[in-house]
Amino acid sequence: MWLFLFTEIFLFGGLFVLYAAYLRRYPTEFHQASGLLDLRFGAANTVVLLTSSLTVVLALVAHQRQDNRKTMAWLGATAGLAVLFLVNKFFEWQAKFDHSIYPNSPELLARSEGQNIFFSLYFLMTGLHGLHVLLGLLLFGFVALGVKKEKPVDRTLFFNAGLYWHLVDVVWIYLFPLFYLIT
Amino acid sequence: MTEDNRTSVTRYIVVWGALLALTAATVLVTRFDLGFFKVAVALGIASFKAGLVVFFFMHLADEQRGLQLMVLSALLILAVFIGFTFFDVGVRY
Repeated sequence: MWLFLFTEIFLFGGLFVLYAAYLRRYPTEFHQASGLLDLRFGAANTVVLLTSSLTVVLALVAHQRQDNRKTMAWLGATAGLAVLFLVNKFFEWQAKFDHSIYPNSPELLARSEGQNIFFSLYFLMTGLHGLHVLLGLLLFGFVALGVKKEKPVDRTLFFNAGLYWHLVDVVWIYLFPLFYLIT
Repeated sequence: MTEDNRTSVTRYIVVWGALLALTAATVLVTRFDLGFFKVAVALGIASFKAGLVVFFFMHLADEQRGLQLMVLSALLILAVFIGFTFFDVGVRY
């Protein structure tokens, strides 16, 4: 599982390299573009994802104690938080689209190259991250289905789904300051 | 995989609390205009948070030495890669 996580680290890592290069090249443009993002969405989603990481480990603890009811409750909480994250992201993107900010939009093309690149990276990186959240949600749904039917759930699968989820959390830990805070 | 007991639950909740506190700290700190220092502080805090998640939530603390070294060196190499690209672009353009 860790081997897969390494490939994930370098998948996102490549994009972080791009971000670093363009931040150095267009510091003022990145600063201006970042000002258009809503910090409240980003901060709320950070709290949501960090909490969902906690609910995953609590689900694993409950599962180890063979407490199916609690396992389901914590898995449900995790899935709920994942959905909340995606809904939040939907409204955030919606707000951007309403201001005619989307890849290749006339509004963005009229702006400077640096701002355009900032938003390209923003949509690419948060979009890729969002897809990972969606996949994690499906994984936990699959695990929950097994728990609910009281079938013996593959402990390794459960544990690895958790590892994957925490990595998605770690990626967001970096995305949050880079897009919403530092520029 | 760890031996789970009551103390591990307490530990998870403490880690979660620390993560939230650090998030609040990074938001507060970056409200001030620290110039370029801000990038270093925000990424430093982010790395500390990532470390907490990787070590405790992902149980790297309980894994074998070999895996710990692999994960840490992969992250270190990535940090060097990103950092040097950053400075390189600064020098060239």
